[in-house]
Amino acid sequence: MSTVTAPESSGRGRYAGTARLVRFALRRDRIQLPVWLLALTALQAFSAASVFGLYPTEADLRSFAVATAASPVALATNGIVSGYSAGAVLASQIVMPLSLAAGLMSTLLVVRHTRQNEETGRAELVEAAVVGRKALLTAALVVAVGGNVVLGLLNVVVLIALGLPLDGSVALGAAVAGAGIAFAAIAALTAQVTDSARTANGLAGAALGVAFGLRAVGDMTGTVTDAGTRVVTGWPTWVSPIGWAEQVRPYDDNAWWVLALPAAFALVLGSVAFALTEHRDLGSGLVPTRPGPARASRSLPTAVGSAWRMQRMILFWWAFGVAVLAATYGAIGDQIDDFLGSGEQVSDMMEQLGGGTTDMVDAYFAAIFGVMAIAVAGYAVQALLRMRGEESAGRLESVLATAVSRPRWMLAHVGLVTAGIVALQLLTGAVAGLAFGLVTGGVPEQVVRLTGAALVFVPAILVVAAAVALLFGAFPAWSAGLSWGFLALCLALGPLGGLLGLSATVRDLSPFAHIPAVPAAQVTATPLVWLVVIAVVVDAAAVVLFRRRDLTTS
Amino acid sequence: MAAISVHDLVKTFGPTRALDGLDLEVGTGEVHGFLGPNGSGKSTTIRVLLGLLRADSGEARLLDGDPWRDAVKLHQRLAYVPGDVNLWPNLTGGEAIDLLAGLRGGLDESRRAQLLERFELDPTKKARTYSKGNRQKVALVAAFASDVELYVLDEPTSGLDPLMESVFQDCVEEMSDAGKTVLLSSHILAEVEALCDRVSIIREGRTVETGTLAELRHLTRTSIIAETQRPVTGLEAVQGVHDVRVDGLRTWCEVDTSAIDAVMRHLLSFRITSLTSTPPTLEELFLRHYGDELAREGENHRRAESGTRAR
Repeated sequence: MSTVTAPESSGRGRYAGTARLVRFALRRDRIQLPVWLLALTALQAFSAASVFGLYPTEADLRSFAVATAASPVALATNGIVSGYSAGAVLASQIVMPLSLAAGLMSTLLVVRHTRQNEETGRAELVEAAVVGRKALLTAALVVAVGGNVVLGLLNVVVLIALGLPLDGSVALGAAVAGAGIAFAAIAALTAQVTDSARTANGLAGAALGVAFGLRAVGDMTGTVTDAGTRVVTGWPTWVSPIGWAEQVRPYDDNAWWVLALPAAFALVLGSVAFALTEHRDLGSGLVPTRPGPARASRSLPTAVGSAWRMQRMILFWWAFGVAVLAATYGAIGDQIDDFLGSGEQVSDMMEQLGGGTTDMVDAYFAAIFGVMAIAVAGYAVQALLRMRGEESAGRLESVLATAVSRPRWMLAHVGLVTAGIVALQLLTGAVAGLAFGLVTGGVPEQVVRLTGAALVFVPAILVVAAAVALLFGAFPAWSAGLSWGFLALCLALGPLGGLLGLSATVRDLSPFAHIPAVPAAQVTATPLVWLVVIAVVVDAAAVVLFRRRDLTTS
Repeated sequence: MAAISVHDLVKTFGPTRALDGLDLEVGTGEVHGFLGPNGSGKSTTIRVLLGLLRADSGEARLLDGDPWRDAVKLHQRLAYVPGDVNLWPNLTGGEAIDLLAGLRGGLDESRRAQLLERFELDPTKKARTYSKGNRQKVALVAAFASDVELYVLDEPTSGLDPLMESVFQDCVEEMSDAGKTVLLSSHILAEVEALCDRVSIIREGRTVETGTLAELRHLTRTSIIAETQRPVTGLEAVQGVHDVRVDGLRTWCEVDTSAIDAVMRHLLSFRITSLTSTPPTLEELFLRHYGDELAREGENHRRAESGTRAR
């Protein structure tokens, strides 16, 4: 009775099993993590290639740097300008987006290996083994820090291979990795606070948004020095982990000391997260989940009502993202002539992206809307794949065992996503028109003109949505991979197709190839009608196939 | 009219024959036990009956309709509780109950409130915070609060504690008293023994035994332990007696139900001082059909325990 030995409460015991958990996490992420790292490295390589291609001479680089530094909107969306060497111009374009992406990668990774494990009960199994209390969090952070270091190193290799100086390349890689590590620490903290992985991701995502917003304000309100080639930021940039990455100013200052900021930040937040794991029960959060309504609303127990409940947050977040992008692109529309400079390559590129016209502004909006329509098609893919999610989680079985027919259940989802597509395109056009109208004057006419242009893309997006429905009806187990693959194909055939030098016959395979380049080109109804007809027929086939097949789980 | 009538049902998944000529007959107003080990085809049968899977061949009728073609019409008249209840993580338990029952065609408000109380379920909690047992309760409340003719319950009590198990049994009995039909797939033999009028035992996609509990008991043996004043001899010679073991004044044997009278007469001549007779349990019926090895193990186990279970 008196000789109960307390488990070792300090030292290595609390970290027992960390090495094994790290290996396990890497095994789980063996596809996901390499895809993230390679995609971000490819983004870097692609951006470098396009910067070098568009601005071959020092004069080009210099005028581009000056134009960017002079445009608050460009500063807000791209990041600060610091110097006008090829590397410095590349850094001004890529450091901020890459840091943002590294932050997102780290957030998802840390939450996946901490809170999500607890929520699903996997952590309980693991912690019942010889695993210390701090081991799960330690393992997640080791993998996150390691992933960011590898991301930095891959970037260094690519940049040096492109002929950029060693010290600047290392500074760029370190700046990006530092931002990623800072957000790994933020996610470690949010994962302690709430008992839901989704909320933990949401809180860390909000932190990412705040960090982006702070530095956008700081960058825009900065002052331009050194003959227009250097931006000295306002203070908000200095309180943002993404801002810190910019302040390293790779290929210009290479300010190594700035890297101490994310390091110190991560150490402090990480320590707080570790302290919190010591003081809470497994599976619980600091903030308990609040109780909800005991009764359903009147509309929930219907096919459309329940589908809406599953779809509404997806639509809400897409609407938010689309509105921000549209506002940004709309607001810089008036600067498009000076912003893109007189460079011939730029107008060539814009023409290939879908303009095909001499009016730079219309060509610009046609290109932007073309890319954003594919993004909205991404919404359609994500939202419609919820159907497969419901099926493989086993929830669809309970629903279809009630008096809801398969066609009604499926058409509720397809119908809501169709409405969502129209809503998002309306939003794209209206917000872009509003922002463009505010800077150029003539709000009503721009809103009407650009909303009309954005709506022209709806039939092509409906075809993508119908394809997802068909894949769900025909090959449920493969529907997710094939759907995203189809979207990637549309991107490769469409906006990138010209740059990749694909022939017109091949590019015609994409539904987006048949949309006129509005607002630059005239609208012809025939292809649009055909696209709608195809979408309706494919949707009908999808319902028939779904009606005829077995339900499958996982 | 039979509530469920399945004949020679076949369902294959690739090379696996999940159902291999299954028969099942459930009368209206009957509580029917559906027994079988994991992977024997119970859930597959139920999914075919619910129109979630399409049978390859054979005949299946449910409430006088075709489970595949008339799914929606039939589902208004039945409630289903799966063995593994998956709920929407961001809905509360109360919302999930209203959703499932509402999609079926509505629920009885007073029964809903009463069931929540009896199952001690907090309907304001988000489904992701529920334990397995609580998720199961959500599906049970949604089913029993619906006024339907047929309840299809697929291992509905996995994850419930003994207290809740007894609440569940009360609910089934109430449904049965109200003339409803219940198809209860289960592992828990005590539950089936307590609730079911008839049972079907399936193995590897085939029905191996079906009938009332009384009928099935004819198929098994009663075990008898007797203490006598003189050592028993000659018991082996009695027709229908098996596994006789005599140790001094104690005698163990297994007796076909038809031979009980003869055995008693024989034992009387040795002057009985104590007698324990254990009727066959469903467990034994069950074990008889699932591998000889398993059966032997169960037999030994039962011998060791039979003294404490004597009635």
